[in-house]
Amino acid sequence: MTSAPAGASLDAAALRRRVADLVAAHDPATTDPTAFLAARFDAGLAWVHFPEGAGGLGAPRALQAGVDAEFARLGHALTGREGLVIGLGMAAPTILAFGTPEQRARFLRPLYTGEEVWCQLFSEPGAGSDLAALGTRAVRDGDTWVVNGQKVWTSLAHRARWAILLARTDPDVPKHRGLSYFICDMHAEGVDVRPLRQLTGEAEFNEVYLTDVRIPDAHRLGEVGEGWRVAQTTLMNERVSIGGHSEPREGGLIGVVADLWRDRPELRTPGLHDALLRLWVEAEAARLTKERLRQQLAAGQPGPEGSAAKYAFSRLNQEISGLELELLGQEGLYYDDWTFRRPEGVEFARRGAGFHYLRSRGNSIEGGTSEILRTIIAERVLGLPAEPRVDKDVAWKDLPK
Amino acid sequence: MSEAVEGAAVPGLLYSEVEDDLRASVRALLADRSPAAAVLARVEGDPVADLDLWRELAAMGATALPVPEELGGAGASLREASVVAEELGRAVACVPFLGSAVLGAGALLRTGGEAAAGVLADIASGASAAVLAVPLATPPGADLPAGVRADGGTLTGAVRGVADAATADRLVVPAHGPDGPGLYLVAAADAGVTPVVSLDLTRPLADVRLDGAPAQVLATGPAAREAFGAALSTGAALLAAEQLGVAEWALATTVDYLKTRTQFGRPVGSFQAVKHRLADLWVGVSQARAVVRAAAGAAADGHPDAELNAALAQAFVSEVAVRAAEEAVQLHGGIGFTWEHPAHLYLKRAKADAIALGTADRHRAALARLAGLPAA
Repeated sequence: MTSAPAGASLDAAALRRRVADLVAAHDPATTDPTAFLAARFDAGLAWVHFPEGAGGLGAPRALQAGVDAEFARLGHALTGREGLVIGLGMAAPTILAFGTPEQRARFLRPLYTGEEVWCQLFSEPGAGSDLAALGTRAVRDGDTWVVNGQKVWTSLAHRARWAILLARTDPDVPKHRGLSYFICDMHAEGVDVRPLRQLTGEAEFNEVYLTDVRIPDAHRLGEVGEGWRVAQTTLMNERVSIGGHSEPREGGLIGVVADLWRDRPELRTPGLHDALLRLWVEAEAARLTKERLRQQLAAGQPGPEGSAAKYAFSRLNQEISGLELELLGQEGLYYDDWTFRRPEGVEFARRGAGFHYLRSRGNSIEGGTSEILRTIIAERVLGLPAEPRVDKDVAWKDLPK
Repeated sequence: MSEAVEGAAVPGLLYSEVEDDLRASVRALLADRSPAAAVLARVEGDPVADLDLWRELAAMGATALPVPEELGGAGASLREASVVAEELGRAVACVPFLGSAVLGAGALLRTGGEAAAGVLADIASGASAAVLAVPLATPPGADLPAGVRADGGTLTGAVRGVADAATADRLVVPAHGPDGPGLYLVAAADAGVTPVVSLDLTRPLADVRLDGAPAQVLATGPAAREAFGAALSTGAALLAAEQLGVAEWALATTVDYLKTRTQFGRPVGSFQAVKHRLADLWVGVSQARAVVRAAAGAAADGHPDAELNAALAQAFVSEVAVRAAEEAVQLHGGIGFTWEHPAHLYLKRAKADAIALGTADRHRAALARLAGLPAA
């Protein structure tokens, strides 16, 4: 990450003073929340490790948590930003790393303020874990690209103004080398967003059909054929998003089940008690591991534990939600709502045990399956040799589909 | 929500520079003086314990870290002691650290008094090893064992399966007398100490017989109970650090081996079925490290969570260490089943440690009480 000399000399106290100055200049009672976020971006306090002019100050990334905490203390906590996760967590770092000055100037500010929502057009019906095998085609036509294909598993597509898009620009070279990375206007002609119903009954995700969608070459990120390398930046940031605050004991789903156990003595059996205690131990170990990772990041010593946090979470969430249903017994046979509809925001905590159980099945599939994550840990952390590959030196068009 | 749940602390879970330096010195000493081949040669000899190595560890201050400086100790905290325990576990070193530096010193530090101070100074200098005379499987929260009676300044009775007793010259003996429970100091020479054949080759056990042995009282009544319970609970936190070291050795050694071992024309470590098991193990070891640091930190600070974190550490890390050692044997294949390969030393230590100071199940029962999750 770029570190301007001015930013490197900033310390936590200096940043707190800048936060205080900004808050003093904008009375929370009369300032529009979006305008306040715009002012925060312009002051370089959006993400302090970004360069000046791009919402940052070129300061060490570890200082961001202190800035967020200071804003929260002064009544400007960042809330209700669940719909911005792809923009903030994936698009922004990628635009910073590969974007032109014009792209940074156009996209970062409204992305941060929430005026423009982003989604991700990566996965396809024929390319899930094997993302590099994707077949959506982008064909050059002068200084625009014409895109055709189908994307799936796309959360927020129906609300998004922009998408980060991975498409094939050269089918005649091996799969990793023929990809390019674009910013796609979700309001463009030929973009068709359809809700995709999941096994929970609702449509949290979408499928997106792209038919002769025209993207200006000025909206390409990175060089033609360099899309896979650009996408690595995006995917790396997907797994680094560890919060700046500590999670309390029993903060997750284990707290819901533990309270159910405490409140409903008639549900208790010896076998369920043992299962609950085992999961309580696992949940507490996972919480402390995340806390240790947070402390490592804050001390500027990021560890490889980040790649494991998501894997551990998904397994745990699945087992705890399974126990919740069994503990409820007869009540576990009911379900709150099978209606085919799009959920508003994050509804997990408000929904019933049946939903917890069913939704958690997706945890080990979305954002990298548990199988892929274990392979990543084995190869990148433990340094074990890769499996022999049959698809590395074959042109994409000649691969079995 | 129970009080323990609401009062959860956010302890520092990283290693300090001082701890990193301490680890490096202990690891270097153990690599030089106690490599796997040397341990293997020791375990069928007599004595099993390496008292020269023990004295060198004492000279580094590693045997009496939590003992205050005025008593000859290092005046350091249980966090540093936990780092030493990790390294001793990683080397399955044959030294009386658990019996003497952890359990014996742990009880003596809490009873106080002149007699205790004298023994602590001897432990710190390496001149003495003083072990707590309890069956090694005793969990924190257990009452003082009923097998020894105190009467008129003497002790009579038996304690079976005491860790490191054969090496000790002093015994801290829990006993029951006319005034209730008490902790007593006995010279090992005045007791009958008989080595037994132990599952863990690197931590020998012995039976202790007392037949009117002269004893000096260290504490009685509630003070004795408190010192006994605290020694076991702190011991559980430090034992988990040792188990982490065992697990780390097993994982690292297995990964190294599978990078070079070739079958079917490929490194065995390139097979996905093998890789995923090792990835799971790495996740478990990473989590164990966080849990062990939380337990050491809470014990060092005397935090209200200390007892809960120690039980958590035992409930979690015992299973990780056993799994790591079992996987090491399995994934080494034929060579892993031989006596000449050190994997079995770690398997035996891991399984014995999982029983020592209470099984995971007993610690989960303690957590049920501490976290307010009552039984059916």
